[in-house]
This record gives sequence, structure tokens and C-alpha cells, in this order.
Amino acid sequence: MATTQTLTPVMERQRRANMRRNAFYLVLIVVGLLAPFVAYPVFLMKVLCFALFACAFNLLLGYAGLLSFGHAAFLATGGYVTGYLLSSYPGLTPELGILIGTGAAVVLGVAFGALAIRRQGIYFAMVTLALAQLMFFFYIQAPFTGGEDGLHGVPRGDLFGFISLRSNLAMYYFVFAIFLIGFAIVQRAVHSPFGQVLKAIRENEPRALSLGYNVDAYKLLAFVISAGLAGLAGSTKTIVFQLASLTDAHWHMSGEVILMTLLGGVGTLFGPIVGAGLVVSLQHVLAQSPLGNWVSVILGLIFVICVLSFRSGIVGEINKMYRKNFK
Amino acid sequence: MMMIFGVPLAVFMGQLMLGLINGAFYALLSLGLAVIFGLLKIVNFAHGAMYMLGAFATLLGMRYLGINYWAALLLAPLVVGLFGMVIERLMLRRIGHLDHLYGLLLTFGLALIFEGTLVNFFGVSGARYPTPEALQGGFQTGFMFLPVYRAWVLLAALVVCLGTWFIIERTRLGAYLRAGTENPALMQSFGVNVPLLITLTYGFGVALAAFAGVLAAPLYPVSPTMGSNLLIVVFAVVVIGGMGSILGAILTGLGMGLIEGLTKVYYPEAANTVIFLVMILVLMLRPAGLFGKEA
Repeated sequence: MATTQTLTPVMERQRRANMRRNAFYLVLIVVGLLAPFVAYPVFLMKVLCFALFACAFNLLLGYAGLLSFGHAAFLATGGYVTGYLLSSYPGLTPELGILIGTGAAVVLGVAFGALAIRRQGIYFAMVTLALAQLMFFFYIQAPFTGGEDGLHGVPRGDLFGFISLRSNLAMYYFVFAIFLIGFAIVQRAVHSPFGQVLKAIRENEPRALSLGYNVDAYKLLAFVISAGLAGLAGSTKTIVFQLASLTDAHWHMSGEVILMTLLGGVGTLFGPIVGAGLVVSLQHVLAQSPLGNWVSVILGLIFVICVLSFRSGIVGEINKMYRKNFK
Repeated sequence: MMMIFGVPLAVFMGQLMLGLINGAFYALLSLGLAVIFGLLKIVNFAHGAMYMLGAFATLLGMRYLGINYWAALLLAPLVVGLFGMVIERLMLRRIGHLDHLYGLLLTFGLALIFEGTLVNFFGVSGARYPTPEALQGGFQTGFMFLPVYRAWVLLAALVVCLGTWFIIERTRLGAYLRAGTENPALMQSFGVNVPLLITLTYGFGVALAAFAGVLAAPLYPVSPTMGSNLLIVVFAVVVIGGMGSILGAILTGLGMGLIEGLTKVYYPEAANTVIFLVMILVLMLRPAGLFGKEA
């Protein structure tokens, strides 16, 4: 064809890279579709929910360079709002419940984001942590959360009013679809001009500012997208486990999502997914072993090891090796 | 009986006193955080764990070694301070050249390890430490009953805070510290052993936290999780005050304790959260913090 002859070598390489990437995505989607026949669907759904949570967090830390120590607040907000609505209004369909839960997380994200971006670096982390703790105390006392007990028996309901989600397989494909949507949003955000500006802010904020970018607006938008996706993960998780509890609002949860991202690879698209898979599996395995009481110690150790000598994370290291050997 | 806005004076003063005690702990902890941040530029997430270790050192020292309260007041900060110096030499130093967020993450991991380990051995319920004999009883001051131990905690915390301020602002060592905060490379070229200074600073900051832990042992149940929840409040205090000023950290700590105490009197439901709400207000009105120079 005429068009292929005019391709320059650079464009040709680009085209091949895109093809490889699309093939890779396709393989992963097929793996995702077949996975529930190999592994326990409830476990897979847990991994997918946390993977989405970690992807949301990674958008903020990995691409905008903002370390939020309060992402549990958004996970919990999504979870509680969805859980409360679905329990109290039996007519509500799950997708609407998720939508409203996510919306609540977005609103909270706007408020917290606007406050937190007024400070930088380490202060940003402390502000988000304190704000999340505020939400934790709020959820302990609020009348609709069930306090220490949490919300139990949230009905899964019928998707769009006619697809029952009571079977774990149906639920799994619904969760998988939500995860793909969330991941696509992150992927699009990262590879768009918006994502490029975020990276510019991460690398050198005064420079981005002097180039005329409204740095605060970009940071806030990144924060809100991240908060919304974290809320989406929380809402979905509540429907899967039919449960919303204070665990999701505790600062331990904010720490866990940092660990997932760090272990998998900060600033890589797939790192948070790998990290979430590993941390959830580890917790699953440890819970049944004699080491069950040592989970938080072991997570702490992984934290220390990651920071001291494994900062690129698993996917980051793989990328490095790939670049060294194949390019 | 005299009333203040519908609350008996004794109750009012009692809560104010409790608030002031809490404020003393906020001041001691945020002071340590500020000292460490000044030179190392990291936020020590293990600070709450160090406070907890100070309290545990006191408790275990009494149980197994027969060390009394007064000796613990000296020994626990020393031991925890040395422990902190080891951590600085072995770990924090290795990531000193990286983004300071890594310091936060590393110390967070350490806090999880210390807390988790002690939970396994001692559970989460907490143990009581007896008030030392010399400090039992209380003063009847006419309008309120003031337990001696609480008065002592306030006094000791204030003395240590002001002593720290004196060392940093008025002595040669403090001058090195302040110079190191401004420009460590230049200090090094003048022949000052900056790495040693950093190690000592971390040890000192951590020792302050441990000292607070010893003071807290007879007041609150000694439990592995006693530090982490306190630390998050202290973070909010630090955001409110800014870490640029030593006196600022002390004043903000005490002030926030008082505000918390007042809230307990008039609107107890918000006592847990009032400091976070003040933080939000400060962020909106004065984003750099009350005593902060930079945003």
C-alpha cells in the first residue's frame, strides 16, 4: 500500500510498539476473562478492587508526584455511601449505587484536594493523613455507618435491574468490567497531554508554573480523578463482599495502598496491579499460616526493603531489564 | 458554685488542665519532629512508635529489671535515642540523597514493624504503670483538685521544651544545628562533622519522643498502639504550626491541647476532631502555617 511506503523508520517503530502494546493488552484481557475458571472468583475480585485502588493512588504519586497518605478516606466513602444506599433503598440497582458512591468520593476529593494542594511535599502527606483521620472519626460517629460493626449484608442486587449478581461468576465479570474502565481512565490520563503536564509538575513544579501552566488546577484534577477511582474501587468492593467497615477508613489502609504501589513499581501502569495482587495474596496466605499475627510486621519489613533497595518496584525492574537487553 | 458558660468552674478547670497535659505531649512530640525535620528533612513517621517504645521501656524496666520511675526518666530516652541513632546510621543515611518522601515511607515501615511486634507480645489492651509514690496525691487549690502527677508532667514537659529551645537557639551546638539546617554542604566544608551531627540530631529528636513516653506511662494505658493515633494528631499540629520555629512548635502544641480541652467541655462529640478542623481552617486562611515561613 502507498501509505506504508511513506512511513519513516521512526513511525514504523512506533507502529510496531503500539501493536505490541495492544497485543499485550489483549492477552491480559483474555487472561482476565478466563481467570475465574482457574482461581477462586471472590479472591480475584478482591485483587481487582485493590488493583483499581492502587492504580488510582499511583496516578497521584507516580505521575503527579503527590504522596497522599489519606486515600483510605475515599475508598471508605465510596464503600459506605454505596453500602448505605443499597441497604436502605432496595429498588436501587448496583450500578447506580456505585455511581453515587463514586460521586461522593469525587466531592470529597474536590474538598480535600483543594485543601491539600495548598501545601507541598511532606506537608501534603501529613495534611491528607490528618483529613483522612477526620473522616475516620466521622465514620465512627455517623449514624449511617454502623459504627464499629460496619454495614453488613449489603444486597448485591440485579445489574441494570435484570442481571442477577448473586452468582460470583456474574459478579466477577461486572467487577472486571469496572476495573477495565478504571484502568482505561488512568491509562488515557497518563498518555494524554494532561499526563505530560503532570509529569512536568512532578519533575519541576516552578518550571511548569513559569511555563504558564495552572499547576494548582492540574494537581487538583489529578487528585479528584484519583479520589474518584479510589471511591469506585471502594463502592465495588462493598458490593462484592456485601460489607463496608471501618477497616477501609483506617490509616493502615492508606499505608497498604502505598505499599502495593511501591512494591509493584511507582509510576508504571502495571506496577500497582502486580503490587496489589502480591499484597492481597500475601495477606491471604499469611492469614491461614502460623504467621497470621505477624502480617503488619511483614508488611512493614517489605516497606523497609522496598525503600532501601527496591525503589523501582517489580515492574520498574522488569522495564529496566527489558530496556537493557532488548533495545 | 461558680459557673463558666453554664459549666461548673471545677469541671471547666479540670478539662482545661487535661487539655494542657495533652498539649504538653503534642509540644514534646512536634518539637522532636521539628528538630529532626530541620536537619534530615524527613518527617519521622516512627515518632509515635518511639514514644510508645519509651513508655514500654519504662514499664518493662520496672517489671523485669526493677528500674524505678526516676531512673527510667533518664534511661528510657537514652536507650531509645541510641536505638534511633542505630536506625539513622543503618537506614536513613542510605536514603538521605533521595526524595524526602522516601524517608517518610521508610519510617512508616519501621513504625509498622515496632508496633506489630509489640502487639504480638503484649496485645492491644494496654497495661497500667503505677504513679511513682513521691508524685501521688494532689493539691486542693480552692477551685479545683490538681493531681501532683499531672502538675509534674506539665512542669517536666515545659522544662524540657524550653531547655531544647535554649540549646538550639543559645548554644554553640545549637548554632551548628541551625547552620546545618540552612546549608549542610557549607558546614561540612568548614570542618564540622555533619553526618555525626545528623545522627545525634535524630537520636535527640527520638529521645524527646521517648521522654514523652515515660511521662505518659502512669497517665495512659501503655499499649503498642498508643503512639500511632497520637502521632496523626501531632502531624495536624505540625501542619498548623509549621516546622520552621521551635517556640512555634511548643506554643502550637500547648494551644491545640487547650482547644481540645475546651471542646471536651462544650461539645464533647467533636473533641477527637477539633484539631483537624483547626488545621483545615489554618490551611484556608494561612496555608504556610501559623509560624511557617514557606508554603
